[in-house]
Amino acid sequence: MTQKPNFVHPYIPNSAPANKEKIMEELGIKDISELYEDIPERLRFKGEMNIPPAIASEQELRKHMTAILNKNISCEENLSFLGAGCAQHYVPAICDEITGRAEYLTAYAGEPYEDHGRFQTLFEYESLMAELLDVDVVNVPTFDWGQAACSSIRMAGRISSRNEMLVSGSTSPDRLSVIKNYCEPVMTIVIVDFSSETGMLNISDLLKKTGSNTAGIYFENPSYLGFLEEQGSEIAGIIHNAGGIVVVGVDPVSLGVIAPPSHYGADITCGDIQGLGNHMYLGGSLGGFIGTRDEEKYVMEYAWRLFGIGKTAVQGEWGFGDVAYDRTSFGSREKGKEFVGTAAALYGISAAVFLSLMGPKGMKELGQLIIQNALYAQKRMTSLSGVTLRFRSSHFKEFVVDFSSSGKSVAEKNRELLSKGIFGGKDLSAEFPSLKNCALYCVTEMNSKEDIDSLVSALKEILK
Amino acid sequence: MNIQRINRVRNFHQAKWDEEVIFQLHSPGERGIIVSEADKEIQQEVGDGISSLPAGLMRSEEPALPEVGQMRVLKHFLRLSQHTLGADLNIDIGQGTCTVKYNPKVNELFVRNTKASKLHPYQDQETIQGALQIMHSMDLYFREISGLDRFTFQPSSGSHAILIMASIMQKYHTLRGESHRDELITTIFSHPSDAAAAAVKGYKVITIFPDKNGFPDIEALKKAVSPRTAGLFITNPEDIGIFNPFIDEFTRIIHEAGGLCGYDQANANGILGVTRAKEAGFDMCFFNLHKTFASPHGCGGPAGGALGVTKALESYLPVPLVDLKEGKYLLDWEIENTIGKTRSFFGPFPVILRSYAWIRSLGGEGLREVSKIAVLNNNYILKNLTSIEGVESPFPGGKHRIEQVRYTWEKFHHRTGVDIHNIIFRMCDFGFHLWTSHHPYIVHEPCTIEPTESYSKAELDEYLDTLRYIAEEARNDPEMVRNAPHRSVVHKIDESWFDDPQKWSITWRSFLKKHGKEFEKKR
Repeated sequence: MTQKPNFVHPYIPNSAPANKEKIMEELGIKDISELYEDIPERLRFKGEMNIPPAIASEQELRKHMTAILNKNISCEENLSFLGAGCAQHYVPAICDEITGRAEYLTAYAGEPYEDHGRFQTLFEYESLMAELLDVDVVNVPTFDWGQAACSSIRMAGRISSRNEMLVSGSTSPDRLSVIKNYCEPVMTIVIVDFSSETGMLNISDLLKKTGSNTAGIYFENPSYLGFLEEQGSEIAGIIHNAGGIVVVGVDPVSLGVIAPPSHYGADITCGDIQGLGNHMYLGGSLGGFIGTRDEEKYVMEYAWRLFGIGKTAVQGEWGFGDVAYDRTSFGSREKGKEFVGTAAALYGISAAVFLSLMGPKGMKELGQLIIQNALYAQKRMTSLSGVTLRFRSSHFKEFVVDFSSSGKSVAEKNRELLSKGIFGGKDLSAEFPSLKNCALYCVTEMNSKEDIDSLVSALKEILK
Repeated sequence: MNIQRINRVRNFHQAKWDEEVIFQLHSPGERGIIVSEADKEIQQEVGDGISSLPAGLMRSEEPALPEVGQMRVLKHFLRLSQHTLGADLNIDIGQGTCTVKYNPKVNELFVRNTKASKLHPYQDQETIQGALQIMHSMDLYFREISGLDRFTFQPSSGSHAILIMASIMQKYHTLRGESHRDELITTIFSHPSDAAAAAVKGYKVITIFPDKNGFPDIEALKKAVSPRTAGLFITNPEDIGIFNPFIDEFTRIIHEAGGLCGYDQANANGILGVTRAKEAGFDMCFFNLHKTFASPHGCGGPAGGALGVTKALESYLPVPLVDLKEGKYLLDWEIENTIGKTRSFFGPFPVILRSYAWIRSLGGEGLREVSKIAVLNNNYILKNLTSIEGVESPFPGGKHRIEQVRYTWEKFHHRTGVDIHNIIFRMCDFGFHLWTSHHPYIVHEPCTIEPTESYSKAELDEYLDTLRYIAEEARNDPEMVRNAPHRSVVHKIDESWFDDPQKWSITWRSFLKKHGKEFEKKR
């Protein structure tokens, strides 16, 4: 395909020669390059960008894109038992309907007047999440759980005026790396051991590491390794006695049946909304939440945006706006709290629709169904010889399966499962040296009894 | 019926549904959706499931979410969507620095494809070859666009890319035994995050102000560098639309002082294929996929950043990088000096996918045309807008502007008493958005307009006509402008609700706790 003399593209209306010429005439220029005269010659790029020629025909573009996407095999085609921070959950049709709306999809930073709906919807998102988490303040979504954890930890540092944060050793290594990158060198991250039997936090190690410079602790529940941390209140007591702040990461999908962290002493709750009405997108559709009490010392330390409700000039009319805007970096540059920018609002809108549809009953039923499916999978899988559960504890949707006595590595097993159309659980061998030959399995409402039975018979064959 | 508009401005009125907050729609027992039940055999095998939970972790009371039937939930959010003025409905040139352009609808089809939406990040790499191919191709295209050597698409946004640049810079100096370098230089017309995200990593920020021409003051830069200089993060063209012609001198001064240079290319829409990070001497740069590269803004995200570095800094990039070896795409986790992870998994894939499709639709020549037309449109707006009495483009530096202009309505304000916020709120009455600038307002009574390549001459003329109309109105009927909006969803909001801790309500439950009595009384 060679370039035609007049490049007219549907995305560029003024590439039409008549439009272009009219504007050039009005500006008194003969060539658009005259408008670039402020860019010195030495800074000009003289070459051609080696980018393939335009596929300007929409039909051809679809053909091209479909051919590439067809090289992927999705979790709709294969059975998937993958989780580890991103999992398949049912997305109600209305979530896609609403987030596909041109108004929501293409709005950005309008005033609360022309974008009243954007402000109200995200205020409702905050409000619905607040009920699920049982807290009074929730932010407009940030990038992901990792960023929410980072920002929560930095908040804890500022509120306590201390700089040492304890972090459970069972935290997702991926997330831990994000946390270290974000928090150091301003804060120090100190790892607290976890029990090799139950996975739960090692209390004596916690006591040993808690001190006068402890800003707080961060742990996850359900944990990355699937087990439920049952010592929440005890941990919170120890940290609070030392003047620290308790930060807990949580899977919000679990909160229809499992107590939210605020019930066992969390001062800051954080996590990800991917499971609330958002597809997986290769782990690319995440959104981080942070929830706290409505205390000025907490609210003023949020880095991300907070939308609030307020009155207008007309009796009975309600408007919305940014709460305490000056605390943000938009308001105060480097004097603001961390930084704020475009993040993941659309996924928050999806979560708002999701929670509105689900209601309390839906969230309870969903939590129950997931636990039942996961328990069934645990029971069936461990009925195979050479397969055990790694941690003696309760679980939500994820659990660590130990294949140590089977003789084959997790990688080998997953390759064989793949050949049978199954994505096996995530191999933990590299992340946790103590969990060699272990895999993290995730079972949700999307895994039917037949799916689980297929997995078990495939494993049975492989383990033979 | 005559469909010809009589007025030169649109007789607009935004939808106004007087819609409740979702909690007010609560009606006990209604259901929005029914969740599947566990298979009967599963129920028999494992029981109710919930009893397996430790007693202390069972949720004793249901979350107080509203119970609303499905159609009412749909209607609620549809109505709220009609209260939102997306770019698809707007001539959205009033949000300068944000490049609000056309986000092609066909790209949404690619995103909805289950071979994009239903991928798990930890699937075997054999099964995500298409996704990896897209990321790898994007790396190659951005090398061409910037002249730098390696790209990652893990940044969740432009601001996040700045944070990652700060991390790379910090690790670079640390590994060279120069961790004493703790000062970061930026300019006041660079995005606030260039300062703020660097400060997250502990950097002391030095901000350079413009000289009388509007260029960042090079003499101030010379005074600012020292053995403590870690580097420079600078936007160019800056947020006022002026290209800094001494940018290579800036990078030379920083390099001589031992620092690294990060190029904020959030404002690249007017310079694609024209001038690059490489020729300007930068070590790192980033672009915003949701701005220049046409992924929709989604009410404030998902966003995405393309972060690139020179060969010398490649080994510091976050893991994993996408590689092509022997015909197979793969994720490379073995990066020698990597700063580690900066986001879960591999980046905002739907955003990357849309930008890929946009680049392919335009090709290299199309990208150049995007920039040329964006600059043409901008200078057209500039010429016309500054013909309104009292509206100026500050700073004499530069004969033209690149892709946007920060205007000042200061003289207009002095003459009419109508300020820029009044103008902005009045624009809502015609279905338009206009924005001031980032803080602080160095340019007084500012507004920032970036017309991009997406709007036709007729649309640009309509936007200009509306601003002219409001300017006239401000002289003849200033109260009309001051009391705006009149035809929006709501009227002027009482800002005292947002800064007073006793009064602010960030959630509905908080609102009911603080204002419930008064609110109920009124109903």
